[in-house]
Amino acid sequence: MTTQQRHDPRRGDASTPGLEGRQAHGSLRGYIVGYVSAGALTVAAFAIAPSTSMAPFSVVAALVVLAIAQMLVHLIFFLHINTAPAQKTNVMAFAAAMLIIAIVVIGSIWIMGHLNRNMLPMEHLMQMQR
Amino acid sequence: MSIDVASLDMPSEESGPQLPSRQHVTGFGFYVYLLSDGILFAALFAAFAVLRTATDGGPDGHVLFSARNAFIETACLLTSSFTCGIAMLACDRRNKFVALIGFLVTAVLGVVFLTLEIREFADLIAKGYGPDRSAFLSSFFALVSTHGLHVTCGILWLGVLLVQFLLRGFTPAIQRRFLCFSLFWHVLDVVWIGVFTFVYLVGGYL
Repeated sequence: MTTQQRHDPRRGDASTPGLEGRQAHGSLRGYIVGYVSAGALTVAAFAIAPSTSMAPFSVVAALVVLAIAQMLVHLIFFLHINTAPAQKTNVMAFAAAMLIIAIVVIGSIWIMGHLNRNMLPMEHLMQMQR
Repeated sequence: MSIDVASLDMPSEESGPQLPSRQHVTGFGFYVYLLSDGILFAALFAAFAVLRTATDGGPDGHVLFSARNAFIETACLLTSSFTCGIAMLACDRRNKFVALIGFLVTAVLGVVFLTLEIREFADLIAKGYGPDRSAFLSSFFALVSTHGLHVTCGILWLGVLLVQFLLRGFTPAIQRRFLCFSLFWHVLDVVWIGVFTFVYLVGGYL
């Protein structure tokens, strides 16, 4: 029975997101810590956003940092994704998805931003068509 | 020892929670679906970011968005994610009452969230600022209503699951479905973090 309780290396990557260990969905403590810290990060984001004393760029940077921090809190305390060896497949799949998301989002903003900047102003275009 | 290994590799449904191999496979498959859902939302976020200034002379986020409404929606969704986690803990301990209460609170908070969102949409459309007003509003409605559609499906799914749960109790199949549902619900909350940050805060104030 003890062999069943321990981690079997042959089952290596069989750990499931949302499941910590064999069956448990984390602990009550973990959920409370996650809930309180996510709540604090949310309140901080809503408090910082209307600020006029900071430069707009630094407000956006702060909001991005707060959002990423809160997403990590959710992943760690609610979805139980961690770097345990048993979760290797989960983390790899997650990293692949993050790469695609980064390419889609950053690539779109980058390319479309350049197109916008290099395009003639709309009034010019309309005059040229006449 | 060899018998142990054999039983680990081929668990039967009856042995359920002791041998969660089928649960692992289903859980991982569902996790991969959720990651692909994340990519879908990333595309919608990218469209919103690109079209943020394409208001065609119409109103932009500063005029339209209410941070107060977004804050209440965020609180609902975050709390429902928490109660969903509590219900999953109760499932581990086979505590039927706490699990039921936890999932019911999750569903009710989901409905409150959805009501607030539909009210906001109806308000915008009544003012003439529907998705047909500008590219900015099209991308706003596409992004936020796709999330809302996910929440709607989640609530319907949870309703069906709760009926099954009341009829059959803690069977391995229902445990597995609850696991998938909780993953789905937590991921929707992660997506909402992006929505309130980039649409309502960056779009509304900056």
